[in-house]
Formats: sequence, C-alpha cells, structure tokens
Amino acid sequence: MIEAIDLHKAFGAIKAADGVSFRAEDGQITGLLGPNGAGKTTTLRMLYTLMRPDRGQVVVDGLEAWPDTVAVRRRLGVLPDARGLYKRLTARENIAYFAGLHGLDEATTRQRCDRLIKALDMADFIDRRTEGFSQGQRVKSAIARALVHDPRNVILDEPTNGLDVMATRNMRAFLKQLRDEGRCVLFSSHIMQEVAMLCDRIVVIARGRVVAQGSPDDLRTQTGQASLEDAFVRAIGSEEGLFAG
Amino acid sequence: MKTIGRVFRKETIENLRDRRTMLNALVMGPLLGPVLLVGLLSLELRREIHRAEKPLDLPVAGEEHAPTLVAFLGGRNIQVKPAPADPERAIRDQDEEVVLKIGADFGKAWEAGDPAPVEIVFDASRRDSQGSVGRVRDALETYDHQVGALRLLARGISPSIVRPIAIVERDQSTAASRSGLFLGFLPYMLIIGAFVGGMYLAIDTTAGERERQSLEPLLANPVPRWQIMAGKLAATSAFATASQVLTLAAFAALMPLLPIARLGIRLSFDLRTCVLALLITLPLVILASAVQTILAAFAKTYREAQSYLGVLLLAPMIPSVILMVIPVKQEIWMMTVPLLSQHLLLMKLVRAETILPTECALAVVTGLLLATAAAWVAARLYERESLAISA
Repeated sequence: MIEAIDLHKAFGAIKAADGVSFRAEDGQITGLLGPNGAGKTTTLRMLYTLMRPDRGQVVVDGLEAWPDTVAVRRRLGVLPDARGLYKRLTARENIAYFAGLHGLDEATTRQRCDRLIKALDMADFIDRRTEGFSQGQRVKSAIARALVHDPRNVILDEPTNGLDVMATRNMRAFLKQLRDEGRCVLFSSHIMQEVAMLCDRIVVIARGRVVAQGSPDDLRTQTGQASLEDAFVRAIGSEEGLFAG
Repeated sequence: MKTIGRVFRKETIENLRDRRTMLNALVMGPLLGPVLLVGLLSLELRREIHRAEKPLDLPVAGEEHAPTLVAFLGGRNIQVKPAPADPERAIRDQDEEVVLKIGADFGKAWEAGDPAPVEIVFDASRRDSQGSVGRVRDALETYDHQVGALRLLARGISPSIVRPIAIVERDQSTAASRSGLFLGFLPYMLIIGAFVGGMYLAIDTTAGERERQSLEPLLANPVPRWQIMAGKLAATSAFATASQVLTLAAFAALMPLLPIARLGIRLSFDLRTCVLALLITLPLVILASAVQTILAAFAKTYREAQSYLGVLLLAPMIPSVILMVIPVKQEIWMMTVPLLSQHLLLMKLVRAETILPTECALAVVTGLLLATAAAWVAARLYERESLAISA
C-alpha cells in the first residue's frame, strides 16, 4: 500500500505538487491521470523517494519514507520516466546488477530472472547486449530490472509510452497480472482511455493538485457527468492535453 | 562494502567492453606519449652527439685576409669553406647556421697592433645553431688570448697582468642531474597520466549515465548514494592506475634505447624507481578521479563533461611549466601542495637524488587527505536531488 500525504514540492516559483494526497491499495491498479505538466512525474518521484517533498510524507506498507528511506525502497519496484539500460551489458546482466544492489544472492537472482523471462516473454533477447534493442524489448528489460526483488508495490511512470499496439496490450495484461498477485500497482498516464480500461481507482491530478479520485463510477457520480470523458474534462477544468498521445 | 564492490565490478566490466575507452585509457594514453617522447628525444640526442663530434663546416668570407687565423681554426676541428655571396641572407634563409666575416682591413689593423675586426653572423633565435656559434666563438676567443699573451711576452710583460681575475668554472651537475634536464618532461608525463587514464570512466559513470537516462533507476535502489559514488570512483581510479602502470612500463622499456650514456649522463629507471613513482602518484590518481567525478556531476551530457575535463587536463601543466621557467629551490612546504609535490618528487627520483621519508610521507598524506575531501564533495553532489533528473 502506498500513501501520499499532503505532498508539496516547488521548483523555484513553480509548484509541481501542491498538497497531493491519495492512497493506492494492495490488489488494485491505481491510475494517476493528468494532462502533461500536471505534476505526475514529480509526485511519483517523491513516492519512490528520489525527491524529498518540501512538506508532507510518503507511507509505504506503514513505513514512513523519511526517515525509513532504504526500507521503503526495498518494498518498491520502480519504472521511472527515465528507463535507460546499460547498452554494453546484456539484458540479464542489467537485471542482475540491480538484483545485486537489492542484496539478492546469485541463486535467488537466477530464479527470479527465469520467472520474469517467462512472464515478460524475454527468452529471445535476454543474453544479448541491450544496444540496438527495440523499444518494447527495452521496456521489458527495464520492468524486469525493476521487479527482480519481487516488490509488494509497483510504481510505473507512463509505462506504455512509446510502445506499439501489441506491446501496449502485453503491458496491460502484465499490470493486471501483478494486481492479481495481490500487489499494489500505481501508474501514471495522460491517456484517459487507458486509465479507464485498466484502473480500479483513478486519481486525477491537475496543476499539482488532486482534483478528483475514486472508482470510474465514483468519478461519474462526483462530477454529475454521464460519460467518463466528460467527467475528466469537468474534473481537470479544461480539455487541454487530455487527448494527446 | 558489498554495494561498492558491485558498482565497481559493473563499471569495470562495462568499460572493459568499450573499445573507445580501452583504446584511450589503456593504449593511446599510456603508450603513445612515451613512444612519441622517447622517439623525439632520441632523435634530438643523436643529433647533439653527432654535431659535437663532427668537424664544423664554417663558411668564411675573406679568408685570404687572415691565413693564420684560418689555419688555427683548422686545428680546432673547424673546416673552413668559401662563404656564400650574401652571408646575412644565407643566415636569414637558414641556408647556413653561422658565417664568419673577415674584413679587408683585418691585416692592416693586425700589423698596427690594433684590435682586428671579425664578425660572427648568426640568428640567435635559432636554438639549434647555438652549438655551432659557441664553437666558433670559443675558438676565436682562444686565438685572441693566445696571440695577446704572445704579444705581451714579446714586450717583456707577463700576460697575467691583463688577467686580474682567474675564472674557473666548476660544474656541480652530476651525470644523473644532467639527465634530469633531459627528463624534465617526465614528471609531467606521469602526472598527466593520472588525469587521462580515468577521464573516460569519470565521464561515462556520471554524465554518461545521466545522458543515457539510467541514473534515475539506479538511484531508486535501496542503497546509499555515496556508496554508488564510491564504487564508480574506485573503478575510475583503477583505470587511472592501470594507465599509470602501463605508462611507467613503457618508459622503463623505452628509456634504455636512448643514447644517454654517450653524453655521460646516468639515468635511473629501474623497478624501484617505477614502484616509487607509482606510490608517489597514487594519491594524485585518486584526487584526479574524484575531481573529475565532481566536474562530471555538474555536466548534463557526455560532451559537456568532456569539455570540462579537457580544461582540467591543463591543471597538471601549471607546476611543470612554472618550474621550467622559474626554477625554485625546493622547500618542505611544497610537499603539501598536490601536483607540485609529485612533480618535485618525481624529478628527484629521475635524478637519483635521495628522497627523505618525511618528504614522501608528507606528499602522500596531504594528497590522500585532499583526495578524501574531494571524494566527500563528490558524495555530497550525488546526494543532490537534481543529479538524478535526466530530462
């Protein structure tokens, strides 16, 4: 379970997060939806403790991210917006490097790798150097790298960005699989249809604030709109950026 | 410690697979320099030896005016040949190094006992002609003294009357210290090695990782950032050290090929020298790696980092150039100044002078302290939030 409690973060005069609070439950997919520049990435970066909020707290499985930063990181699997691989290492070596940093021994690493290779269908390219990988192969490797320590909570920043139709479908199926394993899955997106299709809970974020949250049905009721699309537009306060991508 | 080891191993493997890094850090850097320098030096030395032993061909204009002088020159291993029509022009065009002009009134002045004029025509800005000019001037001065002394004796006066002081030159340079002059470039080469060897890793492990967008996921791992930095710094220092060892090995292998012994110069470049040189420069290797990591942490891209570190390469030149221009007496406080201390110690080492344990210890300890301070600053930079943000 991931909780954001009143997160504030400013860069100079720009308030990227201005009192963000929400909760992502275990066994659910929570979608962080908002137009480009709404503060999604900054919020996620605070959740995975890359950035420290100016004010507020992040709680993961009951642990406060400050001061328990390292313990919180152990419970998180993170696919950041930046998902570069080491191109002179093979996909397997990339994954093993992060497994080592999580303190996993070699036997466990091998076992986890085998499972992820199967779940993500990576057998074809697992022992190739990542230079020249397709976008889909790269994202798969980055996800395997993020999940090798078998975390209870998974945070993904725009996971379908740049993927083709097939890869996007596979990604969605994979997220559902993670949920069905009882994990807490939190991902961000600026594509309304994707969030509507996948999420048990939606958090709509705009201008650094949470403007609406709940199940898709809740959102329709809250905004008094018949369609989800109209509900989002009403919640965000404009149509800008919502349909891009 | 485990984390540092893992980061170190990964960075080492990754960079060993990079042909460009390997070529620059472990081939071009350590080998090209020594080969080029020893090659050039060897050429220069051979020319020097050749010139000192060879009879000097001296163009003389108006040799018929002073046959005794010309005969004397012949006895000094100087062979007189006819001068070109325009001696000044021949010098300007670099056709001749030096030309001797004897005027038509030489004989008249000689007969009258007046100073008889001769002109040495040369270009002082041409360094390689100085040896020839010096030989001509020496020969003329010797002739001048001899004839002067004979004339005084003929008049019953002791020649010593015109020599109120007796100048005796006692050159205190030893064979080994003379070789130090030739090898003044060596400390610089070794110090530069400490900077060049790790440069590519410092860039790749910080700015490069940022540019490739892999730093953010890396820093999301449950390990303190300073340990990640320490692993990277260790890999950078290891490459710099390897590069240094290769540089020393290259010098040790190539130096015996120099014809230095024929100039009466002794050169110490045995195993002990190499080990000591490595010990002396090791703190500098770590310091350089840490400073490079600091600079690379400020850069957003590989190219930007490259340009910062390129400027940093000028730093080790400063003491070398200053000491070449203004040779100063070595004082103990200089051992606390990095770059300067290594330069002085390496110089002593090459000249086979005794290095006091206190000097060596002072240089190593201050170097290590500064390296630690720089590493601490690098660790602080890694703690900054903005470091991880690639975009």
